[in-house]
Amino acid sequence: MSDTQPSAPDLLNIGSYEAGWHDADARYSFKAEPGLNENVVRQMSEMKNEPKWMLDFRLRSLKHFEERPMPWWGGRIDVDFDSIYYYLKPDTGNNRSWDDVPEEMKQTFERLGIPEAERRSLAGVGAQYDSETVYHNLKKEWEEAGVVFLDMDSGLREHEDVVREHFGTVIPPEDNKFSALNSAVWSGGSFVYVPKGVKIDIPLQAYFRINADKAGQFERTLIIADEGAFVHYIEGCTAPTWTSDSLHSAVVEIIAKPGSRIRYSTVQNWSNSVYNLVTKRAVAMEGSTVEWLDGNIGSQLTMKYPSVMLVGEGARGEVMSIAYAQDGQHQDTGAKMVHVAPGTTSRIIAKSISRGLGRSTYRGLVRIHNGARGAKSSVDCDALLLDRNSRTDTYPYIEVEEDSASVGHEARVSKVSEQQMFYLMQRGIEESEALALIVNGFIEPITKQLPLEYAVELNRLIELEMEGSVG
Amino acid sequence: MLKITNLHAGITGQEILRGVDLEVATGQVHAIMGPNGSGKSTLAKVLAGDESYEVTAGSVSFRGEDLLEQEPHERSRNGLFLAFQYPVEISGVTIANFLRTALNARRENPMSAMEFYGLLQDRLKELKLDDSWSTRYLNDGFSGGEKKKNEILQMMLLEPTLCLLDETDSGLDVDALKIVSEGVNRMRSPERSIVIVTHYQRLLEYINPDYCHVMLNGRIVQSAPGIDLARRIDEQGYELIREQASV
Ligand SMILES: Nc1ncnc2c1ncn2[C@@H]1O[C@H](COP(=O)(O)OP(=O)(O)OP(=O)(O)O)[C@@H](O)[C@H]1O
Ligand SMILES: [Mg+2]
Repeated sequence: MSDTQPSAPDLLNIGSYEAGWHDADARYSFKAEPGLNENVVRQMSEMKNEPKWMLDFRLRSLKHFEERPMPWWGGRIDVDFDSIYYYLKPDTGNNRSWDDVPEEMKQTFERLGIPEAERRSLAGVGAQYDSETVYHNLKKEWEEAGVVFLDMDSGLREHEDVVREHFGTVIPPEDNKFSALNSAVWSGGSFVYVPKGVKIDIPLQAYFRINADKAGQFERTLIIADEGAFVHYIEGCTAPTWTSDSLHSAVVEIIAKPGSRIRYSTVQNWSNSVYNLVTKRAVAMEGSTVEWLDGNIGSQLTMKYPSVMLVGEGARGEVMSIAYAQDGQHQDTGAKMVHVAPGTTSRIIAKSISRGLGRSTYRGLVRIHNGARGAKSSVDCDALLLDRNSRTDTYPYIEVEEDSASVGHEARVSKVSEQQMFYLMQRGIEESEALALIVNGFIEPITKQLPLEYAVELNRLIELEMEGSVG
Repeated sequence: MLKITNLHAGITGQEILRGVDLEVATGQVHAIMGPNGSGKSTLAKVLAGDESYEVTAGSVSFRGEDLLEQEPHERSRNGLFLAFQYPVEISGVTIANFLRTALNARRENPMSAMEFYGLLQDRLKELKLDDSWSTRYLNDGFSGGEKKKNEILQMMLLEPTLCLLDETDSGLDVDALKIVSEGVNRMRSPERSIVIVTHYQRLLEYINPDYCHVMLNGRIVQSAPGIDLARRIDEQGYELIREQASV
């Protein structure tokens, strides 16, 4: 599987982190000095030829990042911000044809199955390598319908007005320390606009990969579905197994106009060293639906709580999340639903799996404002512990100001039972495979919502994770 | 096929099997009866390799090999099948996915999806089960009788050489009992042995065992050819056998 092994392979993870190779000879046309300061930000903005308002936005964000203390809650964040490279520009432009992508990079993406994914007739594919998007394509029929699917930098160049109107409105830089960081040094990510009434029946897909050691990746995504539109956007991420820490800090903003529906699915598979600190938030207007489907495998620490602000009457929000934590990993994930308008509904289904010394935390907030008459919300947290030392915690915050609202909450912690294992093994199934079956069954209510090839991929990842985990 | 010699097993601090001797020849069907708590299920689970029981003495040879040395999944791949008295529920795992995994686990080359579904459909038909059965989660929310049918479905698909049926007839309605016993009869072959644990002679009337045994206090205390012993127990209960065993 790999020609370049990491120097000190983590024995526990052999065979489980398949994407753990990196390209030794990747070339970068520009690599900023490590560390973050005004210079890096100015340089970056200049190289990207950005309008002045964006530079100002970046600088304002940088200032806030510097002033803002680390979050006091969540996981332990031990990032040396000074040693991180904030901007890595691979030595290639943004290509529209797969043939123009440089060979090594192509191999990387081939190995990750990207062109395959496109062949399987996705509506469009974007691929990002470190800081810049290297490949982007959208099926012609959607382009003709007025759909825009570009990397964020091109989006800014080609649709400046739309971007300027919406960028940073759902998640302002001041929201949290890491949204400020992303706002200062963002690069790449996707810009999606689906015009009124256009329903894209096959998913748009983006792929992000951190290849360089000590790299930061700060992609920025903005998705706008106009009235009555529908889009399913899928994002997948990986990073090779580096020994030093890498930082992934994305911001995803979603705007669902009246009557539209947006589904955003992520399956992230990070190596052990990555800090994955992501802010994802949607605004759902009248009668619209926003669904976040979020799978988190790997990373040293993930902190991610997709949210939906239900601002229009009858809007619906849903978060389905899966977190898998093994030794040395902490998944601090959850969801946030804010009901502002009457008749809004939300549903959170969070499933976590902890193995070995892995730790998973559910952290969620449901807030129902005064006046959100008849709002309904249900929260379901399910934790599965694979070992005696595995750990899980639940912090479900519920704030209800509206008397006519109803909120349901259920939390369960279960262990894999010996009886279940014996039953499966009595049918000839090996221990690790039996465990994988049980774990995949546990997350099945969520994976069945994914397109088949992603469900299969996720199940396969779980199987790989289970290999060598028992014995 | 199967030879159990002086088998002692139990859980910590409690011996449940106290010297079981039993021999089942290839092609034979044996029935084991016995009062509640006499150790029938324990015997079945120990044979299948349930690690919650500790074997303290004795030996078991299965198809000429030491059975007790083998891991549960190896025993299964070598042809031993246990239809559980209390099948376990596993949510989220469809019967089709489970059966395909189990079937492929014992094959060198995985069976194609087409071939598998063909096979599965045939077996479902034989048991008069609907096609939608295969998309249900394993035993999840099944009625008692449905769970038993599901065990038989697995047995018919995996085609083991030694079938241990632990009270598969309990909880079945009359029609289901007939379907299940027809299924068991169809499994009967000169290459296959079947051991049926049951409380009722009813199933045995359909199946006609070669031998009947009675288990009491962790031991086989009586054995006789044919179905007569089962009939006698059905009429008289275990009192007489208890008295005979205590002398
Ligand atoms: N895992 C266990 N832990 C504690 N006691 C057990 C366990 N397994 C079996 N026993 C005990 O061992 C004895 C035999 O149990 P077993 O289930 O083998 O009986 P059985 O003959 O199958 O009974 P039945 O006809 O009711 O199914 C019982 O007293 C039971 O309580
Ligand atoms: Mg029993």
